[in-house]
Amino acid sequence: MKDQQPLEDLQHIKLMMERSSRFISLSGLSGVAAGTCAIAGAWFANEVITKSGGPSAYREVVTRRFGFTSLSDLMGHRLFQIATITLLAALLTAFLFTWMRSKKNKIPMWGYASRRLLVNVAVPMIAGGIYLFKEIQFGNYGLIAPGCLIFYGLALVNAGKYTLGEIKYLGYCQLLLGLLNCWFVGYGLLFWGIGFGLLHIIYGCVMWFKYERIKKRGA
Amino acid sequence: MSLIENLNKIFDSRIRLGIMSALAVNTEVNFNELKELLDITDGNLASHLKTLEESEFVKVKKGFIGRKTNTTYSITRPGEKAFKTHLTALEKMIGIVK
Repeated sequence: MKDQQPLEDLQHIKLMMERSSRFISLSGLSGVAAGTCAIAGAWFANEVITKSGGPSAYREVVTRRFGFTSLSDLMGHRLFQIATITLLAALLTAFLFTWMRSKKNKIPMWGYASRRLLVNVAVPMIAGGIYLFKEIQFGNYGLIAPGCLIFYGLALVNAGKYTLGEIKYLGYCQLLLGLLNCWFVGYGLLFWGIGFGLLHIIYGCVMWFKYERIKKRGA
Repeated sequence: MSLIENLNKIFDSRIRLGIMSALAVNTEVNFNELKELLDITDGNLASHLKTLEESEFVKVKKGFIGRKTNTTYSITRPGEKAFKTHLTALEKMIGIVK
């Protein structure tokens, strides 16, 4: 029995180091859920765009109708509604799975580690959000999708220091995808679907297999 | 020299070991953060911190956030050294056990 002591001590040290510096309850299932919401959202948005006569015709309509885009015009717009609902659904489901995992691990969801993570994700996201609203105002619709992916990618790269480190690879992928999208303006929805949908699902599955499945077997 | 000699008596307690682990990877950690991390009472944490402070492994800095006191802790050079020696000793023991 005594031989176990040093091993347990070392495990305890590792756990305390991790818990004090990183929020480790981020669930892979959160990624899968958010990705699924994103793909559903992209599908609905695509329906709307196709019904209005395809991407190029649609862009003309948008430009004509929103020559002077104000926030209230935008709020009432169908695509904006889809985008908002998608975002809320993604956040809610992502939150749910992470909340469940933090409860299981007995780590507070609203602790120092999670707050630090949130602040570091929020800074690039809010800055990006304000910048993209300006882009909408100037009518640069084509740059919205790449912009979202780029700022989200930067936020995730930053998050890598405050949660499970693998998230930074997801960030690099989003960043690359966003930059690539700058040369394929007009295919924003496709890139969006790949970035926010497919990449999230792949990342979520990898993380779930790596961390959560093993823990289940051990318990 | 026996391996046991390298194990520091002060780190016998899981709580003190936890405090040192957290301080080893963060530049400073405040009282409430430590309390949340270790899930113990104020009094219990304070007494363990006092032990570490008295052996000069931990530095205390008292400050304010608004009107509330904010006491932060950081690891000292001797503390870092002692913790490292303790870690190496633990690792070596596992090597022998295996």
